[in-house]
Amino acid sequence: MFDFVNDYDLLGAFWTTVQLAVLSAVGSLIWGTALAAMRVGPVPLMRGFGTAYVNTVRNIPLTVIILFTSLGLNQTLGVSLGANDVESINFRLAVLGLILYTSSFVCEALRSGINTVPVGQAEAARALGLSFTQVLSNVVLPQAFRSSVVPMANVLIALIKNTTVAAAIGVAEAALLMKEMIENEAQLLLISTVIALGFVILTLPTGLILGWVGKKVAVKR
Amino acid sequence: MSSVLYDAQGPRAKRRNIIFTVVFVVAMAALLWWVFGTLNDKGQLEWVLWKPFFSGTEAWSTYIWPGLENTLKAAALAVVIALPLGAVLGIARLSDHVWVRVPATIVVEFFRSIPVLVLMIFGLALFAEYTNVSSDDRPLYAVVTGLVLYNASVLAEIVRSGILSLPKGQGEGAMAIGLRKGQVMRLILLPQAVTAMLPAIVSQLVVILKDTALGGAVLTFPELLASANTMSGYYGANVIASFTVVAVIYIALNFLLTSFASWLERRLRRAKKSTGAVLRADDVETADAGTGGKV
Repeated sequence: MFDFVNDYDLLGAFWTTVQLAVLSAVGSLIWGTALAAMRVGPVPLMRGFGTAYVNTVRNIPLTVIILFTSLGLNQTLGVSLGANDVESINFRLAVLGLILYTSSFVCEALRSGINTVPVGQAEAARALGLSFTQVLSNVVLPQAFRSSVVPMANVLIALIKNTTVAAAIGVAEAALLMKEMIENEAQLLLISTVIALGFVILTLPTGLILGWVGKKVAVKR
Repeated sequence: MSSVLYDAQGPRAKRRNIIFTVVFVVAMAALLWWVFGTLNDKGQLEWVLWKPFFSGTEAWSTYIWPGLENTLKAAALAVVIALPLGAVLGIARLSDHVWVRVPATIVVEFFRSIPVLVLMIFGLALFAEYTNVSSDDRPLYAVVTGLVLYNASVLAEIVRSGILSLPKGQGEGAMAIGLRKGQVMRLILLPQAVTAMLPAIVSQLVVILKDTALGGAVLTFPELLASANTMSGYYGANVIASFTVVAVIYIALNFLLTSFASWLERRLRRAKKSTGAVLRADDVETADAGTGGKV
């Protein structure tokens, strides 16, 4: 019954999914933090840019963004992100699309963490005579990070599920393999269960562990 | 302006802000210049490529409107089916009976942790193999099936946290005057929970609307994105132009929905008659530690 599984590179496909997720997570953490810094910072123009970026990108379907990286950036404008063969070009484009999209949610998760810190905390810290850097590093940011663990975990889980959209530009990850397997084998329920369980294994523990950590470190108010 | 991060700005900070602004403007101008230059080099700014959208209605009536219609149809069908299903699942998760609560929890957690695309691909093959739905209709059926399975479980969570967000006294008071469990839920808790969770439901619509695009890209469902793709082939590969138009349409639609959700939320918070319990529009998933699905 499970014979046909050996004909396909199931582990390889999920490994691609994991790679997509990890690379995009690191990238969107960096770009999302930069965006969050702009959005909460004191410079009005940067604040405006951050807000505009988040509100624009959040409202475009990820599918449109990823398809655009392939059809628009690559095929029309000739952007190849330093890769030579089609496979790695598409992989890198998918990572780029995922980063551009996910970073707007990372930005919002971080901002919601900062918003939970009461202004009184910073005011008290300033009244004690702490400098700007001390206020940020000793009082505000530690509390903000602790309450953004749960929203960030949700973004990460959504990102893992969103990696399947890369199938739209032919990256050989789990959803594309599922499509291929279903076309060739008459084992619909079995194939779907295997793929579904793969994603459950990836997302459920992430949610449970990070949720537990989030509850544990959350500032009780 | 004073916030938790920084105090009201003095003259030195103001001067520094101006420097930051200038540096930022220069960087953005360089980026825009580069983008403009690349577009120009590849001939993507030629008027021929953009003309179909601004003069004549052919592009709109042949490609964009029919595509948009399919997008909206799939989203509307998905919402209409997923809402009652989600309500049943959400209430089942709050049941006192283990044999109702546990299966409902398993179903909700299972479908929430699977990508919606996997559910759509499954739906497409399911309809092809076990039903005699014609192959023209199959993509629509598959897209709606995928969206329903996924969003019913997300809506179940919204319903559950909506009911849990009500003050305890509401349920206790209803029990005290002798209502049955079903009556407490039907007459007291649900009507209040529905108002509390309206903003969250409306912003889930944004997610549903965005996810219909998957059907166009992978399942050959002729929605807005797919028809934009066909369109760019017809008008001489104006990929940049047609994707821009499509993106603007999505942004406009979703921006309307998001604004409506936050307007509802503000309005409900102000209302004096209610218990004041309102589920925030943007983060239902923070209510529990499970797998979030807003992104």
